[in-house]
This record gives sequence, structure tokens and C-alpha cells, in this order.
Amino acid sequence: MTATVKYDEVEVGQEIPAVDYNVRRLDLVMYAGASGDFNQIHWNERFAKMVGLPDVIAHGMYTMAQAGRFVTDWVGDPGAIVDFGVRFSSMVVVPDDDQGATVRVSGVVEEKLEDKRVVVGLTARSGDARVLSKARAVVQLS
Amino acid sequence: MALNRDFVGRTYPPGAPYEVSRVKIREFAAAIGDNNPLYRDSEAAQAAGYPDVIAPPTFPIVFSLQSGGEALVDPDLGLNLAMVVHGEQRFEYVRPVCAGDRLVMTATITDIRTAGRNELLTVRSDVTTVEGEPVCVTYNTIVERGGAG
Repeated sequence: MTATVKYDEVEVGQEIPAVDYNVRRLDLVMYAGASGDFNQIHWNERFAKMVGLPDVIAHGMYTMAQAGRFVTDWVGDPGAIVDFGVRFSSMVVVPDDDQGATVRVSGVVEEKLEDKRVVVGLTARSGDARVLSKARAVVQLS
Repeated sequence: MALNRDFVGRTYPPGAPYEVSRVKIREFAAAIGDNNPLYRDSEAAQAAGYPDVIAPPTFPIVFSLQSGGEALVDPDLGLNLAMVVHGEQRFEYVRPVCAGDRLVMTATITDIRTAGRNELLTVRSDVTTVEGEPVCVTYNTIVERGGAG
């Protein structure tokens, strides 16, 4: 397990540049199959509207996975994440077209802990909505 | 209607072990669009010091509710699954999940509370290998929209 980011080269307040992740209906179908979450609100427009949602929404876990990807791509080794938590604060509505929705993830080093660990605060937005809140990862650097 | 608070503190023992396969990890990585070689290439994973390919950080969601899932459909709990959305999720890792792992989960309903018009229920799942080695702990909070109204 070797993070490519060195603890000594990281400062509190350091920003990790934003990355855009696309989510289309196909992604949600693939994620439903891979995760085993077949809740109809993630693929069936008729059902989603019937239970009072604006349209099909992305699985919260799909959004969390994109935030996880953002961290693991930064740190180089997925095994370097020691704690990862989020609150799903608003929905990512995924229209039935070729563009789908975009989730923009960015991060900042919030704290340096002992044992070469850091806290990365994460922001995930879709349009004007903040889709994750209290999103943070504790990462083991080298 | 409000959820039955008697369920708080209930623990659900492990069922059959969940066997982590390379194929499932690859499928999950493809679904989240992540091309990291450590999810796909055993040699790359071994070069990085792992026994085999490892799983993405959110992969435990695949099996973490395997134990305790029956509680959510227990009529005595009073949960309307049609109104459920995911509220919060957290993973604490001792080490990454790895292909070849045989995992068992012990689930505990740690909290049921009202937030505005919604009901929130939190399940903690302690994940170990069948030999008892701790791998990760997951915390899953679901929201029943309008459940408190």
C-alpha cells in the first residue's frame, strides 16, 4: 500500500482541483446491477414520479463512488483511504437524454493528523445543488 | 407512521459468507467508471502489496446489508420501502476488501430518529473474514420520506 502523495508535501488548505463526472441512465442501470440496488426510483421515471420525485434520481452510492474515485485518483492507492463518510443532501436528477447529469467533485486538505494521515473535505455539486454534505475522507499518505 | 423504536439495539447475526470475486469487483469498477488497474489486474495489485485485486472504497455496499436486511422488511418495524432514500453512508476500513475474501457481517440497528417529517434509521455492519479478522465497519442511514407525518 503506497500512496503517491507525500504527507510532508501537503499543506492544510491545499485544494484538489475539481473533476466533472457524467451520469447517464445507462450508468444507473449498470450501477443497479453491480450493486444489487434495484430500487425503481433509479431507473423507472413513472415510478419515481409516482412516489413524488421530480424524475429518476442517481443512487446516492453512485455519487459517493464518484467522490471516492476523486480521492483514490488523487492519492494513487485506493487502499490508502481509512475512513470515508458522506451525507446525501440533495438528489441528482438524471434526465432521459444523451447528456445525463454532471457531478462536479472538488476537495481540500482540511487537517493533518498523526501517523501521516490527512482529512480531505469533499464538495460534490450537480448544477446549483450540493449533492453531498459532511463529505470527508481520512487518507493515509506516505 | 413512525418506525418501531423497539428495533434499536437489535443485532442480526451473520448469514452465509460473502465471497469476493475478481469478476464482481471488475463489474462494480466498470459501473462506477473507474479504470484503476488495482481493481482489474492481479499482477498490478500484487506489485502494490495486495494478495489480489482490491475493491473500490464503496464496494462494501454490495454486501453490507446482507445481514439485517430482513429487519427492514419486518412488518413490525413499519417501514414503507417505497418512500426510502439513502441518507448517510460511512465506511471505516481496517484494510481494503480483496478478491478471495470470505466475509461475514454482523448488523446492529443503532439508531431510529425523527428529522422533520422524515424517519431516519441507522444500521451498523461489522465486517470480518470468516476467520474473524476485522476488515471494515459500515454505517448506513436510510430516510423514510414523510414517515414521521
